[in-house]
Amino acid sequence: MWDKAPEQSSSGRNQKPRARGRGRLLSYREAIREGLLQAMEQDRRVFLFGEGIDDPAGVFGTTAGLQQRFGAGRVFDTPICENTLTGIAIGSSLAGLRPVLIHMRTDFLLMSMDQLANHAAKWKYMFGGATPLPMVVRAVIGGGWGSAAQHSQPLQAIFAHIPGLKVVMPACAYDAKGLLLSGIAEQSPVLFIDHRWLYDEKDAVPAAAYRIPLGKAHVVRKGSRLSLICVSFMRKLALQAAAELAKEGIDVEVIDVRTIKPLDMVTINRSVGKTGRALVLDFGYSFCGITAEIAARISRDVFGSLKAPVYRIGLPDTPTPASPVLEKCFYPGPDAITDTIRRIMRGQKRVGKHR
Amino acid sequence: MVRIRSFEERICRLYSQQEMRCPVHLSTGQEAIAAGTLIQLRRQDYVVSTHRNHGHLIAKGAALKSMFAEMYGRQTGCSRGKGGSMHMSFPQAGIAGTSAIVAGGLPIAVGLAWGSVLQKNRRISAVFFGDGAVDEGTFYESLNFASLKKLPVVFVCENNFYATNSPQKARQTNPRIHEIARFFRIPGTCIDGNDVVAVYTAAAGAIERCRKGAGPSLIEARTFRWKTHVGVESDLEKGFRRQEEVALWFRRCPVKRFERYLLSRGMVSQQWIDTVRESVDKEISRAVEFARNSPYPRPETESTDV
Repeated sequence: MWDKAPEQSSSGRNQKPRARGRGRLLSYREAIREGLLQAMEQDRRVFLFGEGIDDPAGVFGTTAGLQQRFGAGRVFDTPICENTLTGIAIGSSLAGLRPVLIHMRTDFLLMSMDQLANHAAKWKYMFGGATPLPMVVRAVIGGGWGSAAQHSQPLQAIFAHIPGLKVVMPACAYDAKGLLLSGIAEQSPVLFIDHRWLYDEKDAVPAAAYRIPLGKAHVVRKGSRLSLICVSFMRKLALQAAAELAKEGIDVEVIDVRTIKPLDMVTINRSVGKTGRALVLDFGYSFCGITAEIAARISRDVFGSLKAPVYRIGLPDTPTPASPVLEKCFYPGPDAITDTIRRIMRGQKRVGKHR
Repeated sequence: MVRIRSFEERICRLYSQQEMRCPVHLSTGQEAIAAGTLIQLRRQDYVVSTHRNHGHLIAKGAALKSMFAEMYGRQTGCSRGKGGSMHMSFPQAGIAGTSAIVAGGLPIAVGLAWGSVLQKNRRISAVFFGDGAVDEGTFYESLNFASLKKLPVVFVCENNFYATNSPQKARQTNPRIHEIARFFRIPGTCIDGNDVVAVYTAAAGAIERCRKGAGPSLIEARTFRWKTHVGVESDLEKGFRRQEEVALWFRRCPVKRFERYLLSRGMVSQQWIDTVRESVDKEISRAVEFARNSPYPRPETESTDV
């Protein structure tokens, strides 16, 4: 019942998955599941736990069958106590394990803020690096279908704000698997946020285990006139917008940051230095959001190359509504991106309502 | 107990020099709980403590010199100058860490125990917390999870009747903390926390249960903090406590009580006690000396270990 994404406008056609030489076409959800499975096969220290992760639905299919495969010691359901579960992840990590704690909603992470922010994020630092703290907290983001205010919050900026937490937000199946395997192999806490509107997106994913280093942005589409810097699900909209604009002769470069912390400003700056224009996209709140951080850094680092102010599109400063009509106002679609880019290219001063 | 008492007395003596530039939460008066419990753990067993951690660290085998160095903000401190008095760990002695957030250590100790069970390495976890922790939700959640999975955890509540200056009666419906454990089918006992023999006996039972794989236990050890919540003064000086209350607990001094216990049974001589005190004093002097002679951390290390 959660699996329906909101309608996108007609300009948003699905991108055809590009094969990367090797690998099969795998959906984002299958890629996450395969990443978890291979991490557990490779390393006996890895275990998964979280509310309802062993039920038949298996967190949107991403943990389906893993308990049968690895047993109830390494894949298990838990009481509903997010904060304590996070502390248990810390303790088991200190005992030498590599926990992956899974939440079906990012909203629930607010219940675990004490252990996440006061403990996990600081444990390594406040004891002078005496012990590593490998642990992954995975949470699912994404509203639509009336999920409303407490089942859809994009809270990535809050976590990125806290020193000591890494925040990973994959936007395609290939990245989801590679970043998940990297996150599990890290020596400090990683927050892995997958977007549920991407679950059925397919991509070429190698069957073997592989890692994508954290802090490496990906230039998804090359272009010369404007840099579209995007986070998570925004990559899909960005590619749709870029395809649309290409027909009008506006050649847009699309960069998926992949991890918002560490943030790869080198790749972003190189692109904006070349194109001279930047639009930053995130399905998080604009106010004090990731887009603000990226825009500020671009303005500082490559100010001399800018031909226009740096613009951004994010979510408005309101909770998420339930009605489809209101949702449509709340979530920007590809039209918001194409409109904004056209205005930027025309040099207009008023550029879009989500900026 | 003597090492803990002397360690903290030395802090009191030196604190006004302002070379230890961090808040200190002293456990003076509560030493028997740390000593009576942790002396029975193996080096590889875990302990998780709080901001009031000196006693637990010392009893579990942390090096005094690296503790002093930490409080002096030096590179040689056990947290390389990044933790101060509130955040010391000593992984080589099983001291997994300390949290200055009330009840913050409980789920971490439960997680350590889960790690032991999953890896079948037979280590147990002890976690210390005050009566204030019982106000927090994670206390109940941690007891529940530990009991649900039958984890080897010894929950030790040092009930000193005050959370900072807020009395237990003003905060809790049922002051009998050990009874809460029973709701979670965990054995809960209440003991005189100033009687090291009583602590030893209760802890021995709890540790035995853990080693047998029978699950967690909770010990409520009633005690009193001689010093103020944070700092080297007493609450009496600050006018936070009544004279009679403080005087009563001074008479129950755990160190003097155990000395009397040993002497009255002819187990040790006064001379032996004096020798112990003297050698502890020297050890502490050497530790302070080490700390003061240690270099400060290089400024660029501010950004490492994140």
